[in-house]
Amino acid sequence: MKFGIVVFPGSNCDHDCYHVIRHVLGQEVDFIWHKTDKIGQYDCIILPGGFSYGDYLRPGAIAHFSPVMKQIKAYAEAGGLLLGICNGFQILLETGLLPGAMRDNAQLKFICDYVYISIANNNTPFTKQCSNNQVLRIPIAHMQGNYYADERTLAAMRDNGQIIFQYCDASGNINDDVNPNGSVGNIAGICNKQGNVLGMMPHPERCVEDIWGSADGRFIFDSIIRP
Amino acid sequence: MNNKEPKITPELIVQHGLSPEEYQTIVNILGRRPNYTELGIFSVMWSEHCSYKSSKAILKKLPTTGGCVVQGPGENAGIIDIGDGQVAVFKIESHNHPSFIEPHQGAATGVGGIMRDIFTMGARPIALMDSLRFGELNNPHNRYLFEHVISGIADYGNCMGVPTIGGEVYFDPTYSQNPLVNVFCLGIAKADRIFLGKAQGEGNPVIYAGSKTGRDGIHGATMASEEFDESSAERRPTVQVGDPFTEKRVLEACLELMRTDCLIGIQDMGAAGLTCSTAEMADRGDMGIEIDLSKVPQREKEMIPYEIMLSESQERMLLVAKKGREQEVFDIFNKWDLDCVEIGRVTNDERFKVFNNGKLEADIPVKALTNEAPLYTRVRNKPAYLDKLSDAKLPKEPVDYNKLLLDMLSRSSIASKEWVYRQYDHMVRTNTSLLPGAGASLIRIKGTKKALALSLDGNSRYCYLNPYIGGMLTVAEAARNLVCTGARPLAVTNCLNFGNPEKPEAMWQFEQAVLGMADACKYFGTPVTGGNVSFYNETSGEGIYPTPVIGMVGLLDDIGQTLTPWFKQTGDIIILLGKDSAKLGGSEYLKYLTGDILGILPDFSLEHEKNLHKFCLKSNEDGLLQSAYDLSEGGLGAALAECALINYNAGLGAHIGLDGTRADIALFNEAPGRILVTTRQDNLAGVERIAQEYNLPFKVLGNVISDKLLIDDILELPLSKLNQSWRGAIPALMQRK
Repeated sequence: MKFGIVVFPGSNCDHDCYHVIRHVLGQEVDFIWHKTDKIGQYDCIILPGGFSYGDYLRPGAIAHFSPVMKQIKAYAEAGGLLLGICNGFQILLETGLLPGAMRDNAQLKFICDYVYISIANNNTPFTKQCSNNQVLRIPIAHMQGNYYADERTLAAMRDNGQIIFQYCDASGNINDDVNPNGSVGNIAGICNKQGNVLGMMPHPERCVEDIWGSADGRFIFDSIIRP
Repeated sequence: MNNKEPKITPELIVQHGLSPEEYQTIVNILGRRPNYTELGIFSVMWSEHCSYKSSKAILKKLPTTGGCVVQGPGENAGIIDIGDGQVAVFKIESHNHPSFIEPHQGAATGVGGIMRDIFTMGARPIALMDSLRFGELNNPHNRYLFEHVISGIADYGNCMGVPTIGGEVYFDPTYSQNPLVNVFCLGIAKADRIFLGKAQGEGNPVIYAGSKTGRDGIHGATMASEEFDESSAERRPTVQVGDPFTEKRVLEACLELMRTDCLIGIQDMGAAGLTCSTAEMADRGDMGIEIDLSKVPQREKEMIPYEIMLSESQERMLLVAKKGREQEVFDIFNKWDLDCVEIGRVTNDERFKVFNNGKLEADIPVKALTNEAPLYTRVRNKPAYLDKLSDAKLPKEPVDYNKLLLDMLSRSSIASKEWVYRQYDHMVRTNTSLLPGAGASLIRIKGTKKALALSLDGNSRYCYLNPYIGGMLTVAEAARNLVCTGARPLAVTNCLNFGNPEKPEAMWQFEQAVLGMADACKYFGTPVTGGNVSFYNETSGEGIYPTPVIGMVGLLDDIGQTLTPWFKQTGDIIILLGKDSAKLGGSEYLKYLTGDILGILPDFSLEHEKNLHKFCLKSNEDGLLQSAYDLSEGGLGAALAECALINYNAGLGAHIGLDGTRADIALFNEAPGRILVTTRQDNLAGVERIAQEYNLPFKVLGNVISDKLLIDDILELPLSKLNQSWRGAIPALMQRK
């Protein structure tokens, strides 16, 4: 399987994704420079975490104007698998490929920690190796992960099964006490209607290797890679 | 001369921090009076911060060679060999003064500066740590400084994508008007791709890359070489503003450029900006340099040469490239949307020449700015307070041990620093093998089985009571932290935070602490590869406690053999290695009881410390240990609680007995050279044998149990309650208005 990782100025989880895909999972992978206006053939493209354009203005707001994004949009609209992690998720919201918006974390502080997320829909290319309500232990690291969408949008997303991950406790209970950033409905990740574009705040690439105490990120990558 | 430039008067010379004698030396060197630009150049290059004029002679006592050292002091950072064709590049630096004036930007630019020192040598930064000291958090201004220093570090490090994986934070009234912000960075490079800050090859182009130059930070180096007073807040404009997004691009562009063979030498523009980087590069190559300021990218209009030369605008690099390869350099920086222009060339006359629009604005022999800067042997006198110290009177034994332990765990210097490190991205780059809050930090080296263990330690209370022993202890504590992960200590960088060197008492403390560190580093075989001296940590005449901070790097050959501090399973035997002391001098417990730092230090022995290293490494190699943790502030009481609480979800506590000694002394004395280990029942004999082999006092304290901490019949506490005090203390303090 061939992955592409888009590199914006300020991306900083690009190398981590590359390491995991190439050296841990043994798949093909290229970096895609953000100024490219033509992209090759990929089975999955990742918009990695980081601080594209320094998060200036709003996270993802400027990256959305990078030349490569026109191609990325066309790729997604044609059904290509597109995964936005953390800043990548924020970019997907700014481009309108996913609904909703990000606000500052409720505590107004950057949070880096392990959290638990529950799988709300395993019927997507990104979660098909998981079971519904399965709990993953996975790191987050962000300042603006407080997801918001209005009630109508949320209802439509629920109906379409677009809510994919929700913050929960170790046993899978979803409540305010385990919501790290104030996200509406404890939302940690969502997909588009068609299911080929996923945005998530947690970092699956940070928990793929066994030495880290959690290798739950593998469920996401395995879902993408395995037929 | 430019009409905006003032006349050189005695007052102006004093304002530039130059003594009349120093000014006369300048006149002698030049054979004429300096102009305004030249005066500025001399003043920053001869400032304490850049010239180490008070400390150089004493620093020579530190061991700086041998073992794994590839590059010792004198370059942008130290380098050690870690095998497999790889080197580790690391350094620590202070940003105390700017952080007091503007905590967020002061701390942020400290992080930015130290990272440039690392990547300028060809290494990709992979870990940051910070040693921080503030006044007590019951004071709102200290809370403000603490909160914004942390956010500054977080903003810069997180955006750069370099994990902040550990460090230390302490609180004491001595730092109320003078917080300490010491930033450590480590990077990895290939042994055959190291770059130095050297200008070589006559006619080679001198290239400026990165941010444009503005008026920010002018005289930052001079500011760091003076005491503070009430008006210091007015100096906010001399603090630079950091832009981590630009630095991230500068980092990537530099590393990309270093994969070509266009580059001769490279150095970041840190303290004293363009002046220091050009002078030092020329000096190291024994060459001259000439630059034309009209070519320097400028952010503000009508800057005069003095301002351009002294600006400390951040995120700027100075490069010397091979002649004819300029375009390749420009192309790489332009790819990352950065300014990159040729501003001059290397000459062979060992002169430092600055032109502006064709007019010669400064012409100084290079060596006059570097090697020939004045050096002082400052007067040193033992401070009077040291002769008045006596053994602290034993306090009355407390009645309620439950309350005592909870109180101790919630003291800000002992309490969990989770509130701090949750704000740092400590996992990016996916190398962090020990999450923060577990003693030393550990990062794996991708593509190998190895990991580097890193520790940042200072103990200013001990250095205040006995700077020589304190200096040794600081090194010993850092080494102890490393061996508790199973790593072998390799080398050291140090950040020496002291008061005014023109005061004989402060200078005496400095010398004693350096001698102590030197003796310990020699004994452990851990040379000093560089570091930083920060003097003038005084506000309104009141100096801080002498605070040397040690950053130590160690190597763990097999990451699968990592030793961790937390309890592993019920039934494991808890053992204390090392000897208690009835002396409570300098302890947190005594401070808790009296509010003061006083008394006589407990005994200390380098030989014992080294035996502890051997014990830890040997018994870990033999697979005999379940956990290991160094005893430091708060002694055994704090260590037991932390071994239970670091991995709180495991729900493992301890049941121990203290056999007759007064429990408060047994629990809270801070005798150095002690570690707490656990072992499986069936390995107990093996552990004891190794301890005997190295002549280490060995005491079985009890067992690991579930859910609570139980000490004889004097203390019984559920982990939840301990956790609330330990993890909850700093968040609770920070919620105060």
